[in-house]
Amino acid sequence: MSRSLGDLLVFVGKRVLQLIPVLIGVVILTFFFTHLDLVGLCNEWYPHAGKTTLANCEATYSQPIVTQFFQYVSNLLHGNLGASISGVQVYSAIAADLPATVELVLAALFLMIFIGIPLGVIGAQYSGRWGDHLVRIFYLSGWATPTYLGAVIAAVFIGPWLGLPTHGEYSTLVPPFPQYTHMSVIDAIIALNLPYTVDAIDHLILPAAVLAFINMGIATRMTRASMLEVLPLDYVRSARMKGLSEFWVLYKHALRNALITTTTVLGITAGGLLAGTVVVEEVFDWPGIGQYAYTAIGGGSSTPNFDGAIAVVIVFAIAVVVANLIADILYGILDPRVDWR
Amino acid sequence: MVAVPSAPPPRRAESPLRVFWRVLRANPLSLFGFLLVAVICITALVVVVAPHLIVPYGAQQQTGPYNAPPSWKHPFGTDGLSYDVYSEVMLALPLDLSLGIAIAGVSLLIGGGLGLVAGFYDTPGTAAGVGSVSVMRLTDIFLSFPSLILALAITRALGVGVVNVAIAITITWWPYYVRLVRGEVLAVKHLPYVMASRAAGVREGRILLRHVLRNVLEPVVVYFTLDIGTVLVTYSTIGFIGVASKYPGPQPEWGAMLAFYQSSGSINVYPWLVLAPGAAIFVTVFAFSLLGDGLRDILDPRTRRAFVRSTSSHDPPPEAVSALPSAPDAGEGAPSPATAVGAVDARSAS
Repeated sequence: MSRSLGDLLVFVGKRVLQLIPVLIGVVILTFFFTHLDLVGLCNEWYPHAGKTTLANCEATYSQPIVTQFFQYVSNLLHGNLGASISGVQVYSAIAADLPATVELVLAALFLMIFIGIPLGVIGAQYSGRWGDHLVRIFYLSGWATPTYLGAVIAAVFIGPWLGLPTHGEYSTLVPPFPQYTHMSVIDAIIALNLPYTVDAIDHLILPAAVLAFINMGIATRMTRASMLEVLPLDYVRSARMKGLSEFWVLYKHALRNALITTTTVLGITAGGLLAGTVVVEEVFDWPGIGQYAYTAIGGGSSTPNFDGAIAVVIVFAIAVVVANLIADILYGILDPRVDWR
Repeated sequence: MVAVPSAPPPRRAESPLRVFWRVLRANPLSLFGFLLVAVICITALVVVVAPHLIVPYGAQQQTGPYNAPPSWKHPFGTDGLSYDVYSEVMLALPLDLSLGIAIAGVSLLIGGGLGLVAGFYDTPGTAAGVGSVSVMRLTDIFLSFPSLILALAITRALGVGVVNVAIAITITWWPYYVRLVRGEVLAVKHLPYVMASRAAGVREGRILLRHVLRNVLEPVVVYFTLDIGTVLVTYSTIGFIGVASKYPGPQPEWGAMLAFYQSSGSINVYPWLVLAPGAAIFVTVFAFSLLGDGLRDILDPRTRRAFVRSTSSHDPPPEAVSALPSAPDAGEGAPSPATAVGAVDARSAS
C-alpha cells in the first residue's frame, strides 16, 4: 500500500496517458460517422445553400475519405475546427460559448448534490416505506421527463409563476462591466455588482433546476444504495448507541462513507448533463455550447453547420472523458483502499 | 483448488414467474409500474389491431373545430389543423413503443453478445484475449460520447427519417450492454459451478450458452426494462430537435408532435397541444422506469441486502446474496468503483 505524493502523481499520470487512445478514437469515430454518406452529404447539411456554396461543398467532400480525414486531423492539430457556411470560425464560437455551459452544468451539479443526496439519505432511512416511495417517485419523474418538456413547462408556467426570468444570462443584453470569465454570476461578483449578481443568479435558477431535476435520479439512487450498504455496519450502530441524534448519525457518520461512491457517479453524470444542455439552453436562450450544438445540428429551422456539429460532438466527448478522469482521481483520493501505484 | 462450500439444505426451486411475482409484491411501486406497462402494451396492441375501439378519428382527419379545448368529444382538444389530439397521440403509441423496444432490443443483442464473448474468452495472450481487449477499448471510446449528441450527428449524416434515427441511436446505445454483460460474465465465470461443469467435461461453448448466459440474463433483462424508457426519451428528444420525422404526417410521433406544437408558439394559448404528447411520453417512460428501477433494486448487491432483511419471511436463497460480486469491472478505464449496474446508471435520459 503506497500513498505518498509521488505515488499520486504516478496514479494521475497513468490515467491521463490512458486518455490519449480514447481521444484519438473519439476523433476517428466522429469523423467516420459524420461522413457515412459522402454523396448526399452536401444536400443533407446545406439543403438551402446557393449553387456556388453547394459546388464548393461537393468539391471538398468528393475527395477520398482518407484524404479528407488526414486533412481534418491536420487542421485539428492546428486548432482549426472549420467554419460555418456564413464564415464564422467554429473554434472561436465554441471557445466563447463554453464558459456559460460550464457555469450552467456546475450550477445543476450543485443542486443535484444539495437536493439529490439528502433525498437519497431519506430514501435509505425510510427504505421500503412511504418516504422511500415518495423519493423514488420524485427521481423517476425526473428520469421520465423529456428534457424539452421539463424545460418548456419551466419556461412557460413555472418561471412566470415564481417571477423568475426565462431568457438569457442577464436582464440587459450586455452587462455594464467587463466579462472576464464569461460566466454570468462570477463576472458579476468580480465586478462587485450586487444587483447584477442577484439578476444573474435569478436567470441561472430555472435552467439549472431543470437540468438537475432530469439528472437527479443518479445522485439520489447512488446515495440511497450506498447508505443502505453502510447503515447496518457496526460503526453506525455504535454511533447510535453513543446516543448521537439520528440526524447526526445519518448525515455525519453514515453519509460520509456513502458519499465516496456518489462522488464518482456524479462525475459520470457529465454526459447526461451535457446532453441536457442542448435542449435546455435552446429553450432558455442560454448562450452556451448546447445552444450552439442545437443550431449546428440544424435544430428547429436553423441552418445546419457541418464543421460545427463535428466539433461539438468531439468537444462533448472530451468533456465527458475529462469528467470521468476527475471522478476517477477523486475516488482514488477519497477511498483509502485504492492503491496509488 | 477452491474449497467446496458445504451444501445448503435442499430447497424446492421456485419458478421464475413466482420469483418475479414475489419481487413485484415487495414493492408497491414496481407493481404499479408493471400494471401500467401492461396497460400501455395492451393499448398499443388494440391501436394496431382494432383502432376504432379506442381511437375515434384517423390520422390527419379534420374534425371541425380548430384549437378546441379538451372536452368529452375531444379529450385532449384539437389542434390548429382541427385534428383530434387524443387520436393523434394514441396513433403514435405503437410506433414510439416499438421504437423503444426495438432499439433497446437490438442494442441488447449486439452489445450483450459482444459482452458475453469478451467476458468469457479473455485469456491474455491469446487471439481471443486480444479481441476481448479491443472490444472493450472500442466500447470505452463509444461510452465517451453523450448518446444524444452523437445520435444527432449520425442522424444528420444519414438523413432525416424514423429508420435513420433508430439506426443512429442503436449505434450509440450498444456499448452500455457490452459493459454490463461483460461485468456480469466476469463475476460468474469463476464461480464453483462453472468450474464444476468444466471439470465434468462440458464444452466451453456449452458452458457459456447454458450455464453462464442463464445467470447473466437477470440483470440484463432488468436493465433492458429501464432502458426502453431511456431510448424513448432520447428518440423523442431527437424528434423535438426536428431531425427525426416531420409532423403533421400520416404517422404521428410524440417528439415530432411536441416540436411542431411548441414551435407554432401555441403553448401559452393552447397548452393541451404540448402537454398531451408530453404527458404520453412521460407516462410511458415513467411506467417502464418504475418497473425497472424497482426490479433493479433487488439485483443491486447493495440494496439487495436491505431487501432481504425486509422480506426475510420469504427467505430468498442465501447464496444469491453472497455470490454477488462487487465492482467486477475494476480497473477498466472508466471509474473503477462503478459496478456494471452503476456504470450504466450514468446514461441518464436526455
